[in-house]
Amino acid sequence: MTVAAEGSPPLRMAGSRRRPLLQSEAIQGFALISPTFVYALILLVLPILVVIAHSFWTQNYLTIDHTFTLENYRIALTEPIYRDLLWRSLYISLTVSLLTVALAYPIAYFISFHGGRHKSLWLFLITIPFWTSYLLRVMSWKVILGYNGVLNSGLMGLGIIDEPSTALLYNSTAVIITLTHAWATFAILPIFVSVEKVDRTLVEAATDLGDGPLRSFLRVTLPLSAPGVISAALIVMIPTVGDYVTPKLVGGKDGVMIANAIQAQFGKASNWPLGAALSVTAMIIVSLMAGGTVLVFRALQRLAR
Amino acid sequence: MLERVQSERTQTDRTMIEIRDVTRSYGSFKALDNASLAIREGEFFSLLGPSGCGKTTLLRMIAGFDTPTSGSIAVDGHPMDGIPANRRPTNMVFQSYAIFPHLNVEQNVAYGLKRLKLDAGAERRRVEEALAQVSLTGLGKRRATELSGGQRQRVALARALVMRPKVLLLDEPLSALDKKLREQMQVELRRLQQAVGITFVLVTHDQYEALAMSDRIAVMFGGKIAQVASPKEIYQRPVNRQVADFLGGMNFVKAEIVEENGASLVLDTLGFGRVRTDKPRAFVRNGGAATLGIRPERLRVLWDNASAKFEVAGKVVERHYFGEITHLIVEIPGLEKPLSVTETNDFGADDIPVGAPIRLAYDPEALVAMAD
Repeated sequence: MTVAAEGSPPLRMAGSRRRPLLQSEAIQGFALISPTFVYALILLVLPILVVIAHSFWTQNYLTIDHTFTLENYRIALTEPIYRDLLWRSLYISLTVSLLTVALAYPIAYFISFHGGRHKSLWLFLITIPFWTSYLLRVMSWKVILGYNGVLNSGLMGLGIIDEPSTALLYNSTAVIITLTHAWATFAILPIFVSVEKVDRTLVEAATDLGDGPLRSFLRVTLPLSAPGVISAALIVMIPTVGDYVTPKLVGGKDGVMIANAIQAQFGKASNWPLGAALSVTAMIIVSLMAGGTVLVFRALQRLAR
Repeated sequence: MLERVQSERTQTDRTMIEIRDVTRSYGSFKALDNASLAIREGEFFSLLGPSGCGKTTLLRMIAGFDTPTSGSIAVDGHPMDGIPANRRPTNMVFQSYAIFPHLNVEQNVAYGLKRLKLDAGAERRRVEEALAQVSLTGLGKRRATELSGGQRQRVALARALVMRPKVLLLDEPLSALDKKLREQMQVELRRLQQAVGITFVLVTHDQYEALAMSDRIAVMFGGKIAQVASPKEIYQRPVNRQVADFLGGMNFVKAEIVEENGASLVLDTLGFGRVRTDKPRAFVRNGGAATLGIRPERLRVLWDNASAKFEVAGKVVERHYFGEITHLIVEIPGLEKPLSVTETNDFGADDIPVGAPIRLAYDPEALVAMAD
C-alpha cells in the first residue's frame, strides 16, 4: 500500500483512507443533519416505539401488565365500533383529499398560467386564512352551517327551504366541508409548484401538433404536474385521518373519527394499550392507503399516454 | 464551407405563404413593422437577422402562436386570421425542441397522429418512416431524457414531419448544437427538405447557416425586411450597409454619385477613383452621397512585379493569422479607414511584414454600390 501511495498517483480508495475522519463527505453530511436527526429521534421515533410497545401490553386498573398479548389488536380490528370509526375516518380523509385536490388544481393552474406579474400576490392571498387560529376557522364553519346559521337563513330567505335544515351540521359532511377548506392551501402550493415547472413550450408543441386546449391539458400539463397532485393528495390525506379537533367540534355523533376514540382510550377510559393498538392500526392503514394512492395515480398517468 | 445541394427540383412558382402588410406592436414598440413577403411552395426560406429583429415573431405568427396587430397571413391560399395554431397546416421545430419528457421517442413522434385515429398498423408505419427519415431507426423505445442534443433535434423534426405539414417552421433549430454537429445537420436538413419537398421556413441569426441551406433569404432589421433574395445575391449585392455588414466582412468606401441612369451608376471615390457599377435593384438615392463596398476576399495581393488592370496601393499596418487564411489591414492614401483584406496562405501572405508597401488587385464587378 505504501509503495502504491508513493509511486503512482494515489487511488481514490487509498486517498480517502488516509484523510482525517472529519473531512470525509459522509461524516460531514451526518454532522450537518445531526441536530435535526437527534431531535427527530427523541421526539418522533422514541414516542412511536413507546406506543408500539404499549399496544402489546394490558391495562390492569392503575398498572400496566407487561406480558405480550395481541388482545388489543383483536379488539381494534373486530369490535364493530372501532371498525366503523376506522372506515369512517378513511372515507372522510379520502373524500377530503380528492375534493381538496380537485378544487385546488384549478386555482393553482390559474395562478401559474394566468397570474402574470401578480403570482406572488395571489399566493400570499391564499395564505391569509392561516393568520387566524384553526379553532376560529372551525367555529366559523359552525356559524355558517348551524341551525340558525348563515346558510340556513340564506336558503330560507330565498324560499328554497321552509325550516332550518339539521342536515348541515354535526355529521360527516360537515367534517368534510370544514377539512376541505382548512387544507386547501396545503394542496394549492405543491400543485402550483409542479404546474409552474411545466415547460410552456411543451404546451405550445402539443397545440402545434393539433391539440385543442383541453386535450393539451390532459395529455401534457396534467401528466407532467402529477407529482404535485400526488404529494398534495398525500399531504391532505395522511393528517386528516387522525384529525381530532374538527370531528369534535362540527362532527356531532355521526362525525366521530378514530382519533376521538383513541383520545378517549388515553383519557376517560384510561386504557392506554388499547389506545396504542388503535393508533398503530390507524398508522399502518394510512400508510397502506398512501401507498395505494401513489400506485393509482401512477397507473392513471400511464393510461393518459 | 458546405457544398450546396441544388434545389430547382422541389420549388414551384406557387406561393405557399403570403404575408401582407403585417405589423405586430407591443404598446408603442413594433416587433414587426409592415412586413410583406411571399414564400414559394417547396422552397427552403430563411429569416435572417440579429436578435430582436422580429424574425421569431413572424415565424410564431405563421404558426398561430401570435396574432398580427394588422395585416394578414395566408397559407396555401387560405387566410389564417382567427385560425388557432392547432388547426393550421404548419408544424414547428422549437428552439428548445420541446420533446415531451413523459413520453418515449415513438410516443413523441406519434403524438400528433393520435388525433387522426389511424389504425395501429398505419400509425406505426408512419412513425417508423419518420424515424427513418431522420436516421433514428431503432431508437423508438428510448426515453426522451436519454437522448443527446442532436437526437432530440431529430425527434423534434420527425414529430413535425410525420404530420406531413404544408409548411415546416424551424425556430433556430441548430443553435443548441456544437459547431461540428451543426454543420452536419445543415447538410442533413437541406437534404431532408429536398427529399420531402415541403416548404421549410427557418429562423436563424447565423448568416453562414442561412447562406448554406436556403433557396432564398429575407434579412431583417428592427422589425423591417431589408432584403429578400438568393444567398448569392444577398452576399454579393447587399442592398445597404447594414445587410452587407451582417453577412460577413465588408470594406466601406465613401463615394459621390457622378451619374445615375437606369442600370448603372458612376461614382467618384478617393481610393478607387471613378467607378462604374451596376445599380442595385432597390437603390434609392439619398442626396449625392453613396457608399461603395468590397468584400475583403475580393481584394488580392499583387506579388512582385505582377500588375492588374485595377489596383490600389498602400501599406500593411496589421496582420492576423487564421490558419488557412491571413487577414491584412492595409492603409490606402486618401481613404479614411484602412481596408481589410483576406488572403489565402498558399503564396505566403502570412509572411508579409507589417509596414511593407503592398498593391492590391480587384475586379470592378466586385464593387457594390449602396445607398447611404
